[in-house]
Amino acid sequence: MLKLLKNLIKEPMFVIGSFLFLTTILAGLLGPSLYSAAPDGMSYESPSATYLLGTDNLGQDYVALLLRGLQNSLFVGFMAGIIATTIGTMVGLFAGFKGGLLDDILNMFTNLFIVIPSFVVLVLVSASWPEGRSLTLIAFLIGFTTWPWTARSVRAQAASLRGRDHISLARINGASNLQIIFKHILPYLASYVFMVFIMQVASGILSESAISMIGLGPIGEGATSLGVILNTAKNNSAITYGYWWGIFPAAIVITIIVFALYLLNNSMEGVFNPRLRK
Amino acid sequence: MSKILEVKDLSLHYLTRFGQKVHAVTDVSFTMNQGEILGIAGESGCGKSTLVNGLMGLFIPPLYPTGGDVLVGGESLMNRKPEDVRLNVLSQKVSMIPQGAFNALNPTRKIKDIAADVIAAHGSGQSVSKHQIYERLKERFDLFGMDTDHILNSYPIQLTAGERQRSVIGISTLLNPKVVIADEPTSALDVTTQKVVIKMIFDLLERNIFSTMIFITHELPLLRHVAHNIAIMYAGEFVEYGTSTQVVHDPRHPYTKALMGAMLSADAGQKHRKPTTIEGAPPSLAKTMVGCRFAERCPSARPECKQKTQSMRMVGERLVRCDYAE
Amino acid sequence: MQNDIIFSARNISKFFGHGKKRVCAVNEVSFDIADGEIVSIVGGSGCGKSVLAKIMLGLYSPEQGSFLYKGKNITDTRDHWNEVQSVFQDPFGCFNQFFSIRTQLKDAFGILKNKPSKQEIDRRVDEALLAVNVKPADIEGKYPFELSGGQMQRMLLARIFALKPKVLIADEPTSMVDACVRANILDYLMKLKDELRMTIIFVTHDIGLAYYVSDRIFIMHEAKIVEAGPPETVTQNPQSQHTIRLLEDIPDINREWIKK
Repeated sequence: MLKLLKNLIKEPMFVIGSFLFLTTILAGLLGPSLYSAAPDGMSYESPSATYLLGTDNLGQDYVALLLRGLQNSLFVGFMAGIIATTIGTMVGLFAGFKGGLLDDILNMFTNLFIVIPSFVVLVLVSASWPEGRSLTLIAFLIGFTTWPWTARSVRAQAASLRGRDHISLARINGASNLQIIFKHILPYLASYVFMVFIMQVASGILSESAISMIGLGPIGEGATSLGVILNTAKNNSAITYGYWWGIFPAAIVITIIVFALYLLNNSMEGVFNPRLRK
Repeated sequence: MSKILEVKDLSLHYLTRFGQKVHAVTDVSFTMNQGEILGIAGESGCGKSTLVNGLMGLFIPPLYPTGGDVLVGGESLMNRKPEDVRLNVLSQKVSMIPQGAFNALNPTRKIKDIAADVIAAHGSGQSVSKHQIYERLKERFDLFGMDTDHILNSYPIQLTAGERQRSVIGISTLLNPKVVIADEPTSALDVTTQKVVIKMIFDLLERNIFSTMIFITHELPLLRHVAHNIAIMYAGEFVEYGTSTQVVHDPRHPYTKALMGAMLSADAGQKHRKPTTIEGAPPSLAKTMVGCRFAERCPSARPECKQKTQSMRMVGERLVRCDYAE
Repeated sequence: MQNDIIFSARNISKFFGHGKKRVCAVNEVSFDIADGEIVSIVGGSGCGKSVLAKIMLGLYSPEQGSFLYKGKNITDTRDHWNEVQSVFQDPFGCFNQFFSIRTQLKDAFGILKNKPSKQEIDRRVDEALLAVNVKPADIEGKYPFELSGGQMQRMLLARIFALKPKVLIADEPTSMVDACVRANILDYLMKLKDELRMTIIFVTHDIGLAYYVSDRIFIMHEAKIVEAGPPETVTQNPQSQHTIRLLEDIPDINREWIKK
């Protein structure tokens, strides 16, 4: 484990990725409580010493909004990632290992979910929930619509392990199916599942921004996500009047998080899968 | 006869994932004349495969040369850029037949396309039409007595193991290399297919498509039939080097003796002959070693063997790395 | 030798795949194997010998014909594995790289109906390790990737020494090791047989090995057993053309093998 970490630290992509990621996490976690927002000013004040990134349509300090939005976006991303990865991994492991009828049924489910564009489902369900869409609800919706991808890739990996001798040996050692899945298959896929999880977090953050952007994101007190910030700015003519500080900072923050996650994923792939190493 | 390959005190090491230095090959020297077939035998992990890469001048990290020289036709392969080696050495001067034909062939391409790439990569600059290339491939593959059109137009997965291995050999020798290195070309095959593949190699030799070959395997009886000379490798070193009759029928190094004694044969009367067994495992090549590397397992080791480094010396008209061999 | 029949197969067949791709791996094969016998199943790659071994091990069941272990169908595989165990070809592929060797050797006892006590398991693992000439201290806390191929192959054997099964199915147990280690492993297996009065079924492509160890040899070719008999008869006086071919194709140091 330590050696793996040592190898990871040698990868410049990993160092940059984790630096960016840790910075955004820290900003998201501690920012809202550490940063004292400036009192509300005028609508859309341009950036100044008091308002580093200007104010929004209601005169609120954009820095404070961004930090809060970052925190909420990360929450949705992680929550969605955990849900999608857990469901997807379980479904994939069982389908891949058991094969046969169970595999067919699970496969059918996965395919069904894959065929239905998850974004459309997300939009429809969100729209049918006109009131009280909390961050948690959005996270659940994203998690429940994106797990099939994980399931599919984990299934393929688990199926390739199924025929291995160590599985046959475990079986003639009297290990139960559950033991085989969790002791003899999952550890081999752990690094893979972890990478898939990172991608799920990234896509969770993106999905949340996307549905918020079209106005179907979380609503209610404190449910300011990065996507909601963009949506509010858009609805209040920030684009028309060229109030760039309403759009760019939030967009850049989203880009940074997703970019950092992609970097992490890419660099880990190189270390976990020695065949890809140069 | 002219010297075609000279290897002088070649030592190679590689770095493991955790930065440990493994001295996989130590002071290997030999010379090969045009038309010679040299067999190199040894157990897994003795450095055979590392040696193969060294002999091709392919020093792609984590593999590094520690010292020595490899000369093909008088030209050194050391200290050259991988790209230079790929363009000017591989396939033309030195070519390799790998063990796992399945891994060597890109599964998404047809045999003819894989083969055409080899020609294209080493073309003399002028463009050759697809048709011309195909004709050239067909001419070559026809020699093997296989269904050429079927093989060339198939994907690797559509072929049997034997057909795949023969295709790999066909592709590896397309450019009539000076030296061919066959790295366990038949270890993954059963005896019947093995014989077919060896026959094909002999066929190519007879037609002068190539004439000099290094054949690497862990199976000594096979070398007896394939090679003129045999080198036995143990823990990164050559321990015995002589003609195949000498090494197989009259081994002198204790390790070679043990290897021959451990052979099982289906010949009459062999059932109750107990094969020789030697305990233990070869030393780790990651450590610095003093003394004879076989001393720990050697049935005729003397106390001083563990301290005294052995060098190759003439015993019974062949080279043996043991001071006490007779 | 007792004359109790351990395995009895009557016209068993096993197919893989569906429709056009349906392949017959074992075709109408019949045989009896007696208690305490050593039988080798010899054949080229794809002849169906490994599938036959997996049928005996209960990992596959034949689609046609009757296959009996001690006169009964194999219904409960756990019961079956109490008595019938296996050594596989690739020792590295056989162990889970995330657990220590010792843990995995102890895990093997999970199959036994009367699971011994913890101390008893530890004692039997130590005993088994010593039987294959490995000091228990040498593998203490070690993981599979820290051992050599020969050592790992012995760990598979140690597992058998610890479990003391009635029947052992050895699928190419020596194809991944060189000649010296192979001789060693065969030595241990013979010792095991003498100690436990085991029935051993070797699955191999190496007729030299089969000749050395077996009481009887089955030659398989294209999913059928084409010849069966004592090793002397099969190797010195083969009847089937496939056996003759197989014998001819082995590179033997004392015979002409191929014309240069």
